[in-house]
Amino acid sequence: MSEMSLSFGGLLAVQRISFDVNNGDVFSIIGPNGAGKSTLINLISRFYDADEGTLQFEGRDITATPPHHIAELGIARTFQNIELFEHETVLQNLLIGKHVYRKTNLVSEFLFTPAVRRQEMAFRKEAEDVIDLLDLQHYRHQVIGNLPYGVRKMVELARALCVKPRLLLLDEPSSGLNPEEKEDLSYWIEDINEELGVTIIMVEHDMNLVLRSSNKVMAMADGRCLAIGLPDDIQSNPEVKRAYLGDF
Amino acid sequence: MEVIQLLISGTSQGCVYGLIALGFVLIYKATEMVNFAQGDIMMLGAFFAFTYISILEFNFFIALAATIVTMAALGALLERTILRSMIGEPPFSVLMLTIGLGFIIRAVAGAIWGNEPRSIPTPYAGGVLSYREVIVGYENIVIILGTLLICGFLFLFFKFSRLGIAMQAVSQNQLAAYYLGVPVKRIYSLVWALSAIISAVAGILIAPVSLISPLMGFIGIKAFAAAIVGGFGSLPGAIIGGLIIGIVEQFAGLYLPTGFSDVSAYVVLLLMLLIRPQGIFASMQQKKV
Repeated sequence: MSEMSLSFGGLLAVQRISFDVNNGDVFSIIGPNGAGKSTLINLISRFYDADEGTLQFEGRDITATPPHHIAELGIARTFQNIELFEHETVLQNLLIGKHVYRKTNLVSEFLFTPAVRRQEMAFRKEAEDVIDLLDLQHYRHQVIGNLPYGVRKMVELARALCVKPRLLLLDEPSSGLNPEEKEDLSYWIEDINEELGVTIIMVEHDMNLVLRSSNKVMAMADGRCLAIGLPDDIQSNPEVKRAYLGDF
Repeated sequence: MEVIQLLISGTSQGCVYGLIALGFVLIYKATEMVNFAQGDIMMLGAFFAFTYISILEFNFFIALAATIVTMAALGALLERTILRSMIGEPPFSVLMLTIGLGFIIRAVAGAIWGNEPRSIPTPYAGGVLSYREVIVGYENIVIILGTLLICGFLFLFFKFSRLGIAMQAVSQNQLAAYYLGVPVKRIYSLVWALSAIISAVAGILIAPVSLISPLMGFIGIKAFAAAIVGGFGSLPGAIIGGLIIGIVEQFAGLYLPTGFSDVSAYVVLLLMLLIRPQGIFASMQQKKV
């Protein structure tokens, strides 16, 4: 992404931010509230149109790609305030994640032809693999509305994985989780990154998680980029400290 | 015997209410808009069928197919040109807009086809099926069978088809649907198309029973009551609500003084709102903020 800006009315939410994320990176974006971190995720996932700047994914300009084509390109995301299909079960939520891979037509679907059946079985298998990875076996057939917050958060992550992304955008994955769940999450992020080879961009407040999981960190404040670098360098950067703690 | 007779005619009338109610509910679930022009869209469907059958003299089934195609295109066009810009506007604005849209459709239909009632010739008109003292017109049987067929199709469509599942996804969570690759805006158009098709079929089914005129769309108000009785937001509820109102209406017509039949739909609605305001199949939930 290069030189991207976005303002809401008179508020400059993101000002001329540029960064590169390499294949296989876990890239964390940190900063105080209102720094523009979530806005950045929403820009990358094409929820917002940028006022200026360009966005590239795997060498391809996606500055004007509509948000429903994002999944097809291999980008999946989660949301700060969980966005699941509340009336459906965990499994159904995961299977909807396969939408872009469904290659059948109305007639064959109604007749439930062997091709449709094979496709459904393949999707179910892949969904089960994700369920195993994130330890969601107990919740497979439960309706989302009845699940605790932490589990929903994991279901959302699982659904994003069902899109088989090459780039995963996580918006505050650990918010609202208890310490034990946060611990699990840091292992899963590692697994997703290393075993599945997914590049991750996440917005996160929990510095432990950031330091443990990421290999590159960007600190933001007031819509501007303060510093980009290795996690430890960012943590000791004086400007970043000032943004968090004020002048002292 | 009388009771059975009333049940059958009530069921067939109720099916029509139910189909129009389905149109309401489909649009509401997907786009959170209430389309008060639904009855008038049904009327338009009936007039297009009239045009294809009586004026252009198409074969009945070809005319049926042509009506479906025309109405699907018209439904999608209405959404794209008029209602798309209303996404996110207050419900009251949308309501006023669709009420106004209904007026325009009625006026245009009156200007094109005239205001006198007309009939659509059907291959099954006039025939009756009788068993002992129960006599049922073919047109009533066709209404019931047609409704069953549509319900069966919708069931399969929403349960097994990629598009049907995408529509449900949009109705439950638009944001999530976008990021799983569902083209939400295109789905809106398709929902309007589907809703217009169902309403048009309802118009064609009811034409042999009640004749067609630009004002026939007013039964949309009873269908709206049916949708609420069923639990606005539930597809089976729409049909069940329609059936209840259709049947109550028939019984009220025979056993109560003149005039009660016409208000019975609203009496049922009021009773329902008193006893179980969320409707039979409650699917409406309070939104969390």
